Amino acid sequence: MAEKSSEKKSSCAQKNRKTAPKKKKKYDVSFYHDWCKACGICMAFCPQKIIEADKNGKPVISEKDKCVGCRFCEIHCPDFAITVSDRKLHRRRNDV
Amino acid sequence: MPIPAQALRHKYLRHNKKFPHVWCPGCGNGIVMGALLRAIYRLDIDQDDIVLASGIGCSGRMPTYLDFNTLHTTHGRALTFATGVKLARPELNVVAIMGDGDATAIGGNHFIHAARRNLNLTAIIINNSIYGMTGGQYSPTTPFGSKSTTSVYGHIEHAFSIAELAVTAGASFVSRATVYHADLLDRLIEQAIEKRGFAVVEVISNCHVQYGRRNKLGGAVDMLKRFKEQSVTVSRAAKMSPEELEGKTTIGVLVDRDLPISTEEYKKVRQKASTLKEKL
Repeated sequence: MAEKSSEKKSSCAQKNRKTAPKKKKKYDVSFYHDWCKACGICMAFCPQKIIEADKNGKPVISEKDKCVGCRFCEIHCPDFAITVSDRKLHRRRNDV
Repeated sequence: MPIPAQALRHKYLRHNKKFPHVWCPGCGNGIVMGALLRAIYRLDIDQDDIVLASGIGCSGRMPTYLDFNTLHTTHGRALTFATGVKLARPELNVVAIMGDGDATAIGGNHFIHAARRNLNLTAIIINNSIYGMTGGQYSPTTPFGSKSTTSVYGHIEHAFSIAELAVTAGASFVSRATVYHADLLDRLIEQAIEKRGFAVVEVISNCHVQYGRRNKLGGAVDMLKRFKEQSVTVSRAAKMSPEELEGKTTIGVLVDRDLPISTEEYKKVRQKASTLKEKL
């Protein structure tokens, strides 16, 4: 009997794990402004429209939690100035 | 699994002295360079086993920024130098990077004969429809009726289709992509480098400074949007009528065939000749 109940419990836990809302994966987008030439490709094609221009026309991200991690900006940046990376919980300060 | 962009830059770019590069803001050459790096990263080829040769023009600047064995050669002769390298060291992966003027005007004969010989080379041809670096003169790929500094009233000649020229000249692998389809582009470059035989990747690129501005096509963003609208994949194009395909560019692998390779045939000839000599 004891075994059965434990089985039941474990299956229950599995079900809960499946139905529980999946935690949304988050991304970090960093712009290397020294190499950026403000062409505007990243701002125009971002599917979430979260990349905006600062006063020099260079990109800054407005709501960084909204990034879906499609990496369109990263692979279409002609100047190699954009890096999209998975967000890690404990990041070193200079690991960008 | 996405490619770590940071690792790519630190490994392959001459990032400590050459950057930011000379190309205009939004130039497609940078996107092609990124695609090439991703392709090489995926193939996991050693940096010493790759030779990049380029001619003159905006695209000719590309090997300057990349940390491989690089050659910046005379106008139109990227393929010639690449052929020499390939014949001397057949085990190396040789990639020739050319512009449209470089490949089809000044080096036009080199291009068709390299395709005909079927040397085991990769040719990446960046087609921006104009001579960008020298001031916007028309090139063999400038479309009919469009404007440039040497065709102020509209161009009176018809344009080359580079990929189709390569197909008829006998290349083993011919493909076309645009800079908007950068993901497709790096897969095509990957296939082209892996392919045994002459592999051509034509990249439709944007020159918004010389070509786009004169023809009122807008800036880099507008030109990329136009590429998105104008492109149809090869599989979709097969179902469309010629009228529907008017003004569209087909992207994807146009031809993939296995033909005897020049360097291997040459090896066989040498073996035959040496056995004959021994008999004598």
